[in-house]
Amino acid sequence: MAAAAQRLVWNWVPWALVALVGASALGVVALHRGETINALWIVVAAVCVYLTAYRFYGLFIARRVLGIDPTRRTPAVRRNDGLDYVPTNRYVLFGHHFAAIAGAGPLVGPVLAAQMGYLPGTLWILAGVVFAGAVQDFLVLFISTRRDGRSLGELIRTEMGTVPGVIAMVGILAIMIILLAVLALVVVKALADSPWGTFTVFATMPIAVFMGIYSRYIRPGRIGEVSLIGFVGLMLAIVLGEDVASSPIWGPAFTFSGEALALMLIGYGFIASVLPVWLLLAPRDYLSTFLKIGTIVALAIGILIVRPELRMPAVTPFIDGTGPVFAGNLFPFLFITIACGAVSGFHSLVSSGTTPKMVENEAHLPMIGYGAMLMESFVAIMALVAASVLDPGVYFALNSPAALIGTTTSEAALAVSGWGFTITPVMLDQVAGQVGEATILSRTGGAPTLAVGMANILSSAIGGPAMMAFWYHFAILFEALFILTTVDAGTRVARFMIQDLLGTFVAPLKDTKSWTANVAATALAVSGWGWFLYQGVTDPLGGINTLWPLFGISNQMLAAIALTMATVVLFRMKRERYAWVTLLPLSWLLICTLTAGWQKMFHSDPKIGFLAHAAKYSDAFARGEILAPAKSAGEMRQVIFNDYVNAGLCALFMTVVVAMVFYGAKAIAAARA
Amino acid sequence: MRLREAISGGAARTARLMVGVPDYDTYAAHRQAAHPGEPVMSQAEFLADRAEKGFGGGAEGGISRCC
Repeated sequence: MAAAAQRLVWNWVPWALVALVGASALGVVALHRGETINALWIVVAAVCVYLTAYRFYGLFIARRVLGIDPTRRTPAVRRNDGLDYVPTNRYVLFGHHFAAIAGAGPLVGPVLAAQMGYLPGTLWILAGVVFAGAVQDFLVLFISTRRDGRSLGELIRTEMGTVPGVIAMVGILAIMIILLAVLALVVVKALADSPWGTFTVFATMPIAVFMGIYSRYIRPGRIGEVSLIGFVGLMLAIVLGEDVASSPIWGPAFTFSGEALALMLIGYGFIASVLPVWLLLAPRDYLSTFLKIGTIVALAIGILIVRPELRMPAVTPFIDGTGPVFAGNLFPFLFITIACGAVSGFHSLVSSGTTPKMVENEAHLPMIGYGAMLMESFVAIMALVAASVLDPGVYFALNSPAALIGTTTSEAALAVSGWGFTITPVMLDQVAGQVGEATILSRTGGAPTLAVGMANILSSAIGGPAMMAFWYHFAILFEALFILTTVDAGTRVARFMIQDLLGTFVAPLKDTKSWTANVAATALAVSGWGWFLYQGVTDPLGGINTLWPLFGISNQMLAAIALTMATVVLFRMKRERYAWVTLLPLSWLLICTLTAGWQKMFHSDPKIGFLAHAAKYSDAFARGEILAPAKSAGEMRQVIFNDYVNAGLCALFMTVVVAMVFYGAKAIAAARA
Repeated sequence: MRLREAISGGAARTARLMVGVPDYDTYAAHRQAAHPGEPVMSQAEFLADRAEKGFGGGAEGGISRCC
């Protein structure tokens, strides 16, 4: 009896403490209304929320809802082939899964969302991950593991039918195209007119090719060794970049406009995705993965050491939808802007990819499925912190399009101060000088903001102000590197998807070994995302304004599709008692994405609604006027056409998700009959 | 010493799998145990095969990196 009581105390007292600390920290974050608040409060609140959520909700789902069975043989054990199906230690597999799911998304979304203050973003990241994001990842991983490691598309086909399977494939391809365009846009925005950044990113290509040749012909299998060589190369490139940028010959040679960079990136994407993977893609993936993990760890340690104050207010006046970074009200647009880190549909593809084929025991599923997503959410929290430690004036100067703040520091300081975030032209010049850039105005897209924030934190920990420029370009390089990896890898995947889809109609296209089919499908994939990228680069509002919401909507719609499939499976497993576990996040995602999609199409404000924007330009066109950014009648027609394409894409996403829910309901009805 | 080896070995395996390269020794041991006498890929072949499969082994199988 005494032993039982003692066990009870040991089991519960630590958790009561964690819950208490978490609740207090969250209370401070939410209710503090002083000058500034320390970032540590947010970090502590987040960690306590994650621990409590994992212990109670994650394990509840594992034991009660899914009935995880440690004695059941997993596909890795049953079908062990030493290649795809390999029983893998759970910590090793956690690392693999985390590296696969965590990309640029959780670093960009929260930075953009900071325009509404740090509080709305923090609360959504925490609530979203616990009840939606981690639940989705975990359930899809579980279902795929129980179904021999099948992919999401195959799961939808087998659980719901062939027609929904094809609809989902089309939806996934469209999402992929938008994702690649948005990520490429982030890179272009970060490198435009920045010779230092452009040089370092260009330098990664010869470095990666050297690594590829080294690890294929010179010393195969020495991944650590070759990565170290590559890393040294990267650091040298950053250091050398400063001299390149200040050189009167090389500086201008590496200074490119956004349009030029976009065209180069499109050409590069095509070449990179038809080259053999060992030459460029695989070695660069080594670099970007290790740099990503290293930087995330460095940022976490940096925040703990420096314990910076958040200078962004908890809530800004821009929750009313008038903000310069993205248009639209807090509901639904905050929840769309932060997708990755709270709930990311893309993870359902990764969770039904390689990971389920390596799970050694079902008992490991909660840690890998639910746990890795909590970790990604923590990355999003750190990105939000990095953006919020900046002076809000600097933040808005970085993130507002030139159409709103002008192109000189005096105009920008006046405009931003007018919004209530006092800043002087001198301070803006000073920050630009510190990070080694000609200007920091209108460097939209999130990456430069995160880089300035990280440079602030890391230089306070190591090197002081003299190291600001190094850390800034380190952060830009790290983001550009893994975005480029995603762009090549994603283009290859899109190519296979196109071959798969079109191959149904034109049989020869299906042959993945055929050079013609390969080039044709790659060209289609590249022109798909390239078209949206170019449209985004020429957009006067910075492109991110238009495309990021489309990306957020599509990403969360994919999550809605995955959760619909998971709900069907719960009913099939006769676990409908617990179907609320998926229906709760599913309903929320449907409300958010459908509202946002509707507003992006039909909102009367041309800043939000694509059709209203098209109407504005059509009317001006009819009156013979030319509205910026268009400089000719042809460009006016182009702007109008873009609006219709964007509205059409929105309609496509909404149709796909509504169709999936319809087929899901049908499958559930059949399961209950 | 054992513990240190286990940790460093585990770290190396984790790092390799993070970039999509599974353990070669595990593969070779599996081939020998489960399919004795059948051909086993050399380490270089194994790496080339994994790199090719890791980035586009079919429509969805190739999604190894997220946003």
